[in-house]
Amino acid sequence: MIRQPQIALLADGLRLHLQDGPIDLIIEARGDDSDVRIAYRAAARRFTGLLDELCAELTDLRKAAEPARCALQGVVARRMHAAVVPFAADCFITPMAAVAGAVAEEILGAMCEAARLDRAYVNNGGDIALHLARGAEFRIGLMDRPDRDGVLRTLTIEADDPIRGVATSGRHGRSFSLGIADAVTVLARTASQADAAATIIANAVDLPGHPAIERCPANELQPDSDLGARLVTREVGELSNRDIARALEAGARQARRLLAAGLIEAAVLRLSGEIATIGTTETGLLRSRIGGGRALESSIHV
Amino acid sequence: MATEPADTSADKIRCDACPVMCYIKPGAAGACDRYANHDGELVRVDPHVILQRTVSHGGRLVPFQAIGDWDGKILQGSSTIITAIGAGTTYPDYKPAPFIVSSEVDGVDMVTVVTEGIFSYCGVKVKIDTDRYLGPETATVRAAGEAVGHVTTSEYGSQMLSLGGVHHLTGGSKKEGRVTCDTLMDLSNCKAVELTIDGGSTVVVQAGHAPIVNGVREERMRVGCGSATIGMFAKQWQGKIDEVVVVDDHITGVLSEHQAGKLLDIPDTGIKMKGRRSTPGRYFQVAEPGTGWGGTNISDPLAILGPFDPKTARPGTTLLMVSTTGEHAAYYELDDGLRPIEKEMPASLKQSVERIQENCEPALCTVLFMAGAGGSLRAGVTENPVRLTRSIKDALTRVTSGGAPVYVWPGGGITYMVDVTLMPANAFGYVPTPALVAPIEFTLKLSDYAALGGHMDHVRPLSSIRDNAEIRQRPRTLPEQRG
Repeated sequence: MIRQPQIALLADGLRLHLQDGPIDLIIEARGDDSDVRIAYRAAARRFTGLLDELCAELTDLRKAAEPARCALQGVVARRMHAAVVPFAADCFITPMAAVAGAVAEEILGAMCEAARLDRAYVNNGGDIALHLARGAEFRIGLMDRPDRDGVLRTLTIEADDPIRGVATSGRHGRSFSLGIADAVTVLARTASQADAAATIIANAVDLPGHPAIERCPANELQPDSDLGARLVTREVGELSNRDIARALEAGARQARRLLAAGLIEAAVLRLSGEIATIGTTETGLLRSRIGGGRALESSIHV
Repeated sequence: MATEPADTSADKIRCDACPVMCYIKPGAAGACDRYANHDGELVRVDPHVILQRTVSHGGRLVPFQAIGDWDGKILQGSSTIITAIGAGTTYPDYKPAPFIVSSEVDGVDMVTVVTEGIFSYCGVKVKIDTDRYLGPETATVRAAGEAVGHVTTSEYGSQMLSLGGVHHLTGGSKKEGRVTCDTLMDLSNCKAVELTIDGGSTVVVQAGHAPIVNGVREERMRVGCGSATIGMFAKQWQGKIDEVVVVDDHITGVLSEHQAGKLLDIPDTGIKMKGRRSTPGRYFQVAEPGTGWGGTNISDPLAILGPFDPKTARPGTTLLMVSTTGEHAAYYELDDGLRPIEKEMPASLKQSVERIQENCEPALCTVLFMAGAGGSLRAGVTENPVRLTRSIKDALTRVTSGGAPVYVWPGGGITYMVDVTLMPANAFGYVPTPALVAPIEFTLKLSDYAALGGHMDHVRPLSSIRDNAEIRQRPRTLPEQRG
């Protein structure tokens, strides 16, 4: 029997749910009804077989990305590679760090190619690819922990903003993190770039050697993890305010580097109830549109 | 980094549900969070889509009846399979089933018709993994002195009981009906019940647990009949022993005479067996059935041997006698008078006995609840009952019991069987009729439901049940019966 992905509208009749193996997409398109239908059909068509495409190169995708060359064939695989290449010279990173964003981008691309949409998003487990036609905007809720409900704050992305990708990484998600951040949300030009950058920044929010942090080789948890025997964070115990500030600053430094290199547009880092935001002054985006007031009082602006 | 781990040790599973092919460690889930390794077995940890599920949020873990016993809530948590447990019903079913639930699955409007069936035509089939003699076929099985069923034809390695049924529930005395009903309900709710068989044994039966026959817990199921055991182990015995007898109430095997021994050129030993020879090396009725060696009544295995043939037998000939489970074993050597004398068993033979034990599976009692939903229950589902029956036969309608899969017997009516251990705890109740109340769910497409004359005006969206979180009294009338 040929494995078919799950393709279904959600109960609201508006959103499309696509699932195949570990890929789980929530999609919404707005526009004329016929365009939305065509877009959804295009999404489902592109989605069918996509996982097999990726798995055909899974062994290579799980290897450290080579900065100089890309031997990968698939369009999504190559996009994953391109997204992580800027980091590959400085640290260990595999194309898998961008898989969620790259898939979201691919599906959104198929939809926008097939139909004229006012706006659309493809949300791949929190890594989101956006389409905004002129005049359209998205409100995006930031959650401090992916495993819990509750929106920390919302931000609005307008068509004129360069942002078309949002991704969140941290130690509570489905993937392992080398760092201790509860969540790092990155806004970038594409979803795959945001995905890779969020991973890198979340890894940098760290206190190496701190006794309250419990770590474990990734392959002891998932034998075929692309992280091999690298230590991933399991538990974070009580941290002092100084520790929290120090860890956030380490992540913020990394985020500022990526911002300066044009790899991200903004980032929000969160650890143990404290927040650091990067890119606010440069874009004005977070400062002006993130729900402000009291919520900002506890944040650390860097 | 991404090198595949070289060891494929048994505790890890390679999941083949999708092409990612995750290696999953025990207690962990794959990359999708949908499949997990539970004690070395690949299990799906989200609800299966054939039944209803909440689709507003993909990928959430939804354990089925995750915590403890059922507390009376019709729906638990935010996303769960609706079962009929506690749905309530009336008899006769002149009005629509209590809940007819629609939910959206895979873009198809699905309905789950949820009702609790009152079954007077119902019973349990009990499989007891033991060779021990429980009682003659068709003997009456009693609980608290009342007849509740009978011994039926045995199966390979197991004794079978057929309990309940309309005859005992409503055809006998009032007390007989009540005791039968209690027995069925307790067995179905996975509780331990003591049963006594006329002319046989007393056995404590509990679904999913080892049987206790006359106070002795049965540990293992035999590896095969005596003859099969000879066939399996002949090669391992060759060169280590001259003769082996595998004592079995059904077919006792003798190595030197058995085809397996002949093929290995094992010489005759002059052994003489009691009982009726079936084919070479295979003997029926070497003793009476009982709870001794290999399901016979003997405690001294030499009792099934005649004197050795002096023309063939030689002093010093070695003999192993062992039961089909390896539970009993003894080693003998023939003395100058060709009499077998018990001696300390050599280590190599002990090993072979342990091998027999190792090959025996744990003995279990298993209970299948069986009932016919052919009557007015169907009217609770549709105005044209026979169409429901036909729809099930056509596989358009899926039947489940407490969310567990059922086997629907071919032919007329909706007669089904379900493994009670797959159902949530305390899924069964009873009414004073007496009759058992068991959950039954019919799941079908909304359009098919309309086509078979369904109660379309009574279809309620799932959310309406979830929101008011109704709590119903469970239909168990005796508080002490609750687990």
